[in-house]
Amino acid sequence: MKNISIEFPGVKALTNVSFTIESGTIHALVGANGAGKSTLMKVLAGAHDHYTGEILFNGRSVNIRTPRQAIELGVAVVYQEVDMALVPYLNVAENVMLDVMANEMGRRQFINWKEIRATARKFLKMVNLDLDVRMLAQDLSLADKQRVLVARALAGNSRFLILDEPTAPLSQTETEELFNLMRDLAQNQNVGIVFISHRLPEIFEICDTVTILRDGEVVTEQPTSSFTQKQIIEHMLGRRFDETYPKHDVEIGETIFEIRGLTEADRAVKDINLSVRAGEIVGVTGLVGAGKTELCKTIFGALPIGSGEMRLRGQKLNVKSPHTAVTQGIALVPEERRKEGVLVEEPVYTNLSASSLQKFSNMFHFINKKAERASARKLITDLGIRTPSERQKVAFLSGGNQQKVAVGKWLVADADVYVFDEPTKGVDVGAKHDIFELIGQLAGQGKGIIYASSEIPEILGIADRTMVMYDRTIVKELITAETTEEEILFFSAGGN
Amino acid sequence: MAAATVTKSKRTKTAVTLFLDFFSKWGTILTIFLLIAFFSIKMPPFRSTANIITILRSISIVTVIATGITVSLTVDGFDLSVGSVATFADTLVISMFVWHEMGTVPAILVALAISLIVAVVNAFLIVKLRIFDLLATLATMFIFEGVALTYTGGGSISEGMPRLDGTPTFGNIEAGYRLIGQSPYIIIIMLVIVALVHVFLNYTKHGRYLYVVGGNREAARLSGIPVDRYRTLAYVLSALLAAIGGVILGARIGSSQVNAGAGFLMPAVAAAFIGYSVAGIKKPNAIGTLVGAILVGVLENGLIMMSVPYYSLNIVKGLVLAIALAITYFRKE
Repeated sequence: MKNISIEFPGVKALTNVSFTIESGTIHALVGANGAGKSTLMKVLAGAHDHYTGEILFNGRSVNIRTPRQAIELGVAVVYQEVDMALVPYLNVAENVMLDVMANEMGRRQFINWKEIRATARKFLKMVNLDLDVRMLAQDLSLADKQRVLVARALAGNSRFLILDEPTAPLSQTETEELFNLMRDLAQNQNVGIVFISHRLPEIFEICDTVTILRDGEVVTEQPTSSFTQKQIIEHMLGRRFDETYPKHDVEIGETIFEIRGLTEADRAVKDINLSVRAGEIVGVTGLVGAGKTELCKTIFGALPIGSGEMRLRGQKLNVKSPHTAVTQGIALVPEERRKEGVLVEEPVYTNLSASSLQKFSNMFHFINKKAERASARKLITDLGIRTPSERQKVAFLSGGNQQKVAVGKWLVADADVYVFDEPTKGVDVGAKHDIFELIGQLAGQGKGIIYASSEIPEILGIADRTMVMYDRTIVKELITAETTEEEILFFSAGGN
Repeated sequence: MAAATVTKSKRTKTAVTLFLDFFSKWGTILTIFLLIAFFSIKMPPFRSTANIITILRSISIVTVIATGITVSLTVDGFDLSVGSVATFADTLVISMFVWHEMGTVPAILVALAISLIVAVVNAFLIVKLRIFDLLATLATMFIFEGVALTYTGGGSISEGMPRLDGTPTFGNIEAGYRLIGQSPYIIIIMLVIVALVHVFLNYTKHGRYLYVVGGNREAARLSGIPVDRYRTLAYVLSALLAAIGGVILGARIGSSQVNAGAGFLMPAVAAAFIGYSVAGIKKPNAIGTLVGAILVGVLENGLIMMSVPYYSLNIVKGLVLAIALAITYFRKE
């Protein structure tokens, strides 16, 4: 790939990126969140058709604008969300042969099931997967689902395989097995593999070459052996972030919120110990898939609690659902804003009162709309929400302003502990500043704040203490003032 | 040249969009007036006070049942069982009079209370077992149609008619109850119910929660709203309103008939969906539902006066439903 550039409305996602994959090698693509790794691979897979630049295949210029063209050239992607690519109620054989059945049937109208199953078995054997091809895809384990997708790629004659964070959901042994398979494919089948991962030890274990992306540009490309973990991290971070964070001088009080041995029912997070003092902002960071969102949701009762306990001011909490969490003083600003945080089809004022309607209702449960709207107007001014009026539909607000609405909802509700999950995701710099300001004010009122983010500079800027998560649990507690980005990233990537 | 074409097509597109916007907002009301004008010109008696009262009387049961569907739609659900609930309530209330010799008030209360069993079953299937609303209520629709038939022994009930096993009956249907089915009372009841549902949905906390749950269930949950409780409430209210429809139906026909409520399902669904777009509210709402019911009623009345045979009316009613759905869903794109 040569001089690939691509723009999305408002963002230049890739700038003159050149990238080469050789058959029979494993090539790591690393970079911080938003560096452009996934975008680059999507271009290669034909998912974006408006890039500029050139893609060469064996020295010959080719055109990849649709997924089909990519498949014909032998490029296959196994995305992190394996379930998106599998048809759950079809069996394994059908899932392996899906591309073949979709693209290579030609004029044949009838399916030769015997042949499909036999071919599927052949490719499953290549990925060392020994199971009944008549099993339904939905009954497979995550690791097996990945293998089925790799088998599908092989069945489609893929010569290049892109694995997008394949190890994130896998256990240690499953990861080892996947690596064995990758080595086998590279050495014996001459497949070129692109491996996207946040986990540095894995890259050193398996990759021949590393390409580092930062802000949509290639920083460097070298054989893995010429780097140390620390150097890679330095390249990923590059220049210092020069955003400023409003520092509030807040008197930190007694411990108000305490979590002991918290484990989610399906072990999405495990053995969490965490305490928050009044006026304190506790940062929770970690790489994608480390369990930050799951932790936030478990605290809030949006995921079922398996074991462990939570105490607010010494009082044991009984959190069974978000409703019970709210009534006991916990608030969550969720990550997926449009899906979970705001009601896009409703006006701003309805959104701002959704968690506190009790306050605006009389004893007969009638809403005092005047008071509701007045409170909304006050919040709009206080938070600097840019909207023509409180009656505007939230769908028409910008991302940053939608986020302010999602946060503002909880300001009216008067919780004791506020959990923020990636509150600045997709938010522009100005709005970010406003949101930090707001969080600082909450801390100033003596609230306890849990701030989860994978943006390390933000954590450094705003948190008093930082919890680093890796593999669904907290692995390290750091005093923010005494730590560095490198140190946090080191623990996030599983270093110890 | 190319640029000019682009601008032109853009401009016409805006005009089309504007027209569609206007039509989707006021099209229903406009259509009602056009229909009234058309029928009045064709047949002057259409406009007489007596006929207007006939129309209002004829739509009152549909409207009450349709407000039930409307409430189920607010939580992004759908209650298909309302027709069966109406039948069930009709059967119950008449049997209380005729078989159990009850007075008006206890008969109605008992009928409404027992009908709420349907709501409990619906809520259990949908909220607890997580069956898709449409399918769960399709099942209960058949179940309670069957329960009503089994209860009566497969027949109808009317005053003085012996039970199926030959036991004579002595109860009578009180005059006070029968009044409910007569105008103006039947019309007043309809208007009061529409007003109550409107106030409940728009001015109370609970109504707001219902819309929030329907608008984005996950966001509602993460806002701390007890989503399951409000979805259950929606099905309880839709069953209650349908049961009230059934009680009025019993008063109107003065007996219990096999599947008497089934015919109200289709026009009620049509009314509720037509109501979505009235005045650009784009949400299920009680007043819109009333307007929808009026549209269906005017159309039916006019067509009957024009001697269109009753057996062909379903073609027209079905078409009206299809158009209402097209307006609701097409504009959502």
